[in-house]
Amino acid sequence: MEKRVQFRAPLLPWLLIAPQVLVISVFFFWPAAQALLQSFQIEDAFGISTQWVGMENFNRLWNDASYLTSFKTTAIFSLLVAVLGIGLSLILAIFADRVIKGAMFYKTMLIVPYAVAPAVAGVLWIFMFSPSLGVVSYGLGKLGIDWNHLLNGSHAMTLIVMAAVWKQISYNFLFFLAGLQSIPKSLIEAAAIDGAKAWRRFWTIQFPLLSPTTFFLLVINMIYAFFDTFAIVDATTHGGPGQATSILVYKVYYDGFKAMDLGGSAAQSVVLMTIVIALTVVQFQFIEKKVNY
Amino acid sequence: MVERSPFLTFLGHAVMILGVIIVAFPIYLAFVASTHTAQEIVQAPMPMLPGSNMWETYRKALVGGGYGAGSTAPVAHMMWVSLVTALIITFGKIAISLLSAFAIVYFRFPFKNFFFWAIFVTLMLPVEVRIGPTYKVVSDLGMLNTYAGLTIPLIASATATFLFRQFFMSVPDELAEAARMDGASPLRFFIDILIPLSKTSIAALFVIQFIYGWNQYLWPLLATTSEKMYPVVVGIKMMVAGGDSQNEWNVVMATALLAMLPPALVVMLMQKWFVKGLVDTEK
Repeated sequence: MEKRVQFRAPLLPWLLIAPQVLVISVFFFWPAAQALLQSFQIEDAFGISTQWVGMENFNRLWNDASYLTSFKTTAIFSLLVAVLGIGLSLILAIFADRVIKGAMFYKTMLIVPYAVAPAVAGVLWIFMFSPSLGVVSYGLGKLGIDWNHLLNGSHAMTLIVMAAVWKQISYNFLFFLAGLQSIPKSLIEAAAIDGAKAWRRFWTIQFPLLSPTTFFLLVINMIYAFFDTFAIVDATTHGGPGQATSILVYKVYYDGFKAMDLGGSAAQSVVLMTIVIALTVVQFQFIEKKVNY
Repeated sequence: MVERSPFLTFLGHAVMILGVIIVAFPIYLAFVASTHTAQEIVQAPMPMLPGSNMWETYRKALVGGGYGAGSTAPVAHMMWVSLVTALIITFGKIAISLLSAFAIVYFRFPFKNFFFWAIFVTLMLPVEVRIGPTYKVVSDLGMLNTYAGLTIPLIASATATFLFRQFFMSVPDELAEAARMDGASPLRFFIDILIPLSKTSIAALFVIQFIYGWNQYLWPLLATTSEKMYPVVVGIKMMVAGGDSQNEWNVVMATALLAMLPPALVVMLMQKWFVKGLVDTEK
């Protein structure tokens, strides 16, 4: 796709594009190439010599039980975040679409978590659930649940899922609301005149028409759970107890910067890059479909 | 007309109120905690209504120097670092993206397609997946603990370029034709016609990028080692250390509220631009 009208100047376009090209070459392509390179190398402990090892870093990953566990943890975590986040926001959006009085107030309140940094969200949630002084953990104790995310792996997982979902509700909510409001009122009214009750109207009209939005949000939420939740994990559980909440992006950071295993960390980066690219391709194909639809 | 059902209207309000409570509860609790003394909070269950220690807590947070086990650096300075960082990221991204989108849409030049794809590939990979090597580049350039190191690697992404390209494509060709006929240079057209037309897109992008910049965590965590360069989002994490009773939770919670205040205000006051920006950047 090109504009019919194009300016002609020998030097100007190069100057215009130069700042961006410079920034992405130095801070994007160069590091990305380095990551690829490093993933095929092993560096000794003092960083003096490096050695080509081919696929060894990757082979080590596939044989590393803790990496495979981390894969599983990430899968469970992102699935829970995506499904719970999308479900909750859909319910909220449906009712927000119905409510007229106070709609603006509700909407404003519901979008606030988007502005809260993931790390800050994490701190808010550990405060509520802190085993010794948290309000919620105190309440749970009264109900006979001995909450301790510092010792219990599934408690820790629940905690990061809740914090991650809480933060993502705003985003999903806004997209669902926009989706619902773009459904022609005439369709709903026609169904109502034909005697379809609210429940039936939802399942036979609104929900199917929302499916492109739902699918789009599914991909976006997976990407969110994969990458943007690093801060939540680092602020709440540090990947623990044990390995219970060590998701892939946390492991890249931990292995690269705490355990100083550069080759392994780079190999993990490459695996992550492949996953994002795959997700993005899925998303692009879906957008193509939406245009035809 | 859809039937009026008092029951459904009631249910609607009930669900919305429940949603608002779930969303607001952690923030309310943080506020309550920030108005008490640290000792009052440590005794479970903590009070559920605001106390009288509010000014003291916020003063301590902003100026620093509490007795908590973690960092006790002044939050006022961290907020300043965050503000500068967020603004550099926002304006830097908008500026370089406007220029490069203009070049890509309105000019014909060699290797245009190559540059186009080179820029858009960056959409795919967030900074999280290439932290190690990026860190090395920044430290080799001597940019650790500087604003340049904090911001420029985050500017290296194409979301804004993509948005402006989409917008420029929708600008009628007649405008450029008319400008050319009247003898306007490309830059004059850009400054006098294209930028004023892009105002809404710029505003929408401003909101999204400001929040993005303010809320960055992983990158500042690596790119700064000195307390003087911590943005508030990293600073708050540094305050939480050791066991529960060793932290001054009232100060931590006051910091949390201070940290979320600027982006929350931007979202609430510029709600229209925010929603537009969110929808546009994801297209």
